[in-house]
Amino acid sequence: MSILINQHSRVMTQGITGKTGQFHTRMCRDYANGKNCFVAGVNPRKPGENFEGIPVYGTVQEAKQETGATVSVIYVPPPFAAAAIDEAVEAELDLVICITEGIPVRDMLRTRYNMQGRKTRLIGPNCPGIITPDEIKIGIMPGYIHKKGRIGVISRSGTLTYEAVAQLMEQGLGQSTCIGIGGDPVNGIKHLDAMKLFNDDDETDAVLMVGEIGGSDEEDCARWIKANMKKPVAGFIAGVTAPPGKRMGHAGAIISGGQGTAQEKLAVMEECGIRVTHNPAEMGSLLKSVLR
Amino acid sequence: MKIHEYQAKEILRKYGVATPNSIACFTVDEAVAAAEKLGGSLWAVKAQIYAGGRGKGGGVKVAKTIEEVRQHAAAILNMTLVTHQTGPHGQTVHRLLIEQGIDISKEFYVGLVVDRSNQRVCLMASSEGGMDIEQVAASTPEKIHKVLIDPMTGLADPEVDDISRKIGITDSCIIEARELLKALYRAFDETDASLAEINPLTMTGDGHIIALDAKMSFDDNALFRHPEIVALRDLEEEDPEEIEAAKHDLSYISLDGNIGCLVNGAGLAMATMDIIKLFGGNPANFLDVGGGATAEKVTEAFKLMLHNPNLEAILINIFGGIMKCDVIAEGVVMAAKQVKLNVPLIVRLEGTNVKLGKKILAESGLPIISADNMADAAKKAVAAASGSKVDEE
Repeated sequence: MSILINQHSRVMTQGITGKTGQFHTRMCRDYANGKNCFVAGVNPRKPGENFEGIPVYGTVQEAKQETGATVSVIYVPPPFAAAAIDEAVEAELDLVICITEGIPVRDMLRTRYNMQGRKTRLIGPNCPGIITPDEIKIGIMPGYIHKKGRIGVISRSGTLTYEAVAQLMEQGLGQSTCIGIGGDPVNGIKHLDAMKLFNDDDETDAVLMVGEIGGSDEEDCARWIKANMKKPVAGFIAGVTAPPGKRMGHAGAIISGGQGTAQEKLAVMEECGIRVTHNPAEMGSLLKSVLR
Repeated sequence: MKIHEYQAKEILRKYGVATPNSIACFTVDEAVAAAEKLGGSLWAVKAQIYAGGRGKGGGVKVAKTIEEVRQHAAAILNMTLVTHQTGPHGQTVHRLLIEQGIDISKEFYVGLVVDRSNQRVCLMASSEGGMDIEQVAASTPEKIHKVLIDPMTGLADPEVDDISRKIGITDSCIIEARELLKALYRAFDETDASLAEINPLTMTGDGHIIALDAKMSFDDNALFRHPEIVALRDLEEEDPEEIEAAKHDLSYISLDGNIGCLVNGAGLAMATMDIIKLFGGNPANFLDVGGGATAEKVTEAFKLMLHNPNLEAILINIFGGIMKCDVIAEGVVMAAKQVKLNVPLIVRLEGTNVKLGKKILAESGLPIISADNMADAAKKAVAAASGSKVDEE
């Protein structure tokens, strides 16, 4: 089945008229079944217009009603992006993927608070998006490096995910779904949430988990895996060499108060039975070695 | 973004947090004048640097006479203060805070941070004031109490009072502590802070609650709506290379190795540093050129790395997605010619238009060492870096 999205998903783009929104909507539409999937855009100031034939609506609610879209992807600039997520949650979409990088933490704390008890799932912000290869891609990853297969990929990074996918391809391993959960400290779906979905997915045989310094999401996920996971998992954590107290590009990638080190994460993952590597060039071969 | 103690206290005072009277100074004469203006018979002379651990490093002294204020100010100003947070090179002191002495009867710790796993702001408090809170958390975690704050309603009176009692604030001071902690949270929330810490928070001999120290840092993503906080920035406290990098929208962090790294994407940049280390080398920096690197940006990135006198090799690791390898290759060629590259350059390209990119590099006539994958690139970079060292000897 893949997780969260497939060729039947219907997607709207919030921020479709901006430069980034236009570029990536075009790329996504041109990928696999994208022409049928990307059905609407949203811009409160440009209702009634269209982007290369994709109709633009004033609100998320309207776009949902008119097109049946239940998924949204957000390219809205950082000062307004949290409000864009709020609007999608209010319209009761199933899934929101927020690509925008640089949203204030305070905005995300309020947005996440308001999402409690709501049906909408959030991927990101500050993420590359999600792809079910040869069906649909929602986000900014290069589609052509992927191929349909039976490996799930969860990662906090963008290009490091592409690297992981390329290594899987070298091993002849395609992917069921690849999900980039983003590099921000306050985000939606975490490693653990995605891992549960892959565990229940009939079309996923094993999962590659790529983490980085900061927070304790990888540890939480590892403990759950130990108790519940039916499928093999291989992992890598970036940032063994990162100095404490320095933000390594991603807002969430910082070792603070002695917590969130790569060493600690790798140790917990190993204790929980996950095969890990310290060598980022071995992510693909390690995953292959754990396949049953 | 970080700010100084005296700046944090100015912000907190506006929100109603009680602090001792104090005056920030840049010279010894100003320090003496400040002490005279403050009056009394006890003063603290405090080095103003961003890093913590100032007391242990000799950056905080108590003076009982104006003459002692002068002596301490002269000793601390321009000293190189080394603390567990400055690194071995230390930080030169350019600013002082002269503060009225306080009769301390008890010290506490309070701090606000974003708790990532609970996605709330967390108030932490401890009876162990004045200590390194990370040590307290490690050795006696039961002495740290926490409240997760509702972002819509803020701190509620009963939860503040409860945590105050838990850390040993006496009943007579409960209301003052409540007002102070609620003011601290309002300041944190309204300024988009990422940290607000008072260590120590003190109970005075005459029963008042006063913030003796203050530390604040702010969410870089929210600075666009706080020009008043951006104005507090002290560039002398920051790494000049990192400041230069930020001007060109590059994410750069100096490290102490000899292999410069130029990578697109933060995760891949960290992984590149890791693999260099794994193969026995040492990264000279973290550098993420981001998703939209142009030839100009690559040139600026080269210049930054070449400022480093320890640099022995440069490793470029690019996974082209949206960013095309041929564009990066053109940028690299242009930059290498412009900056007169004098260290080996190892390039690994993968992704969109990779063949074209490799062709551009090969035909450039530049002595570029091409690598096929991350491991190959790291091995070649480590070999090149140690090779050039051998030549010098």
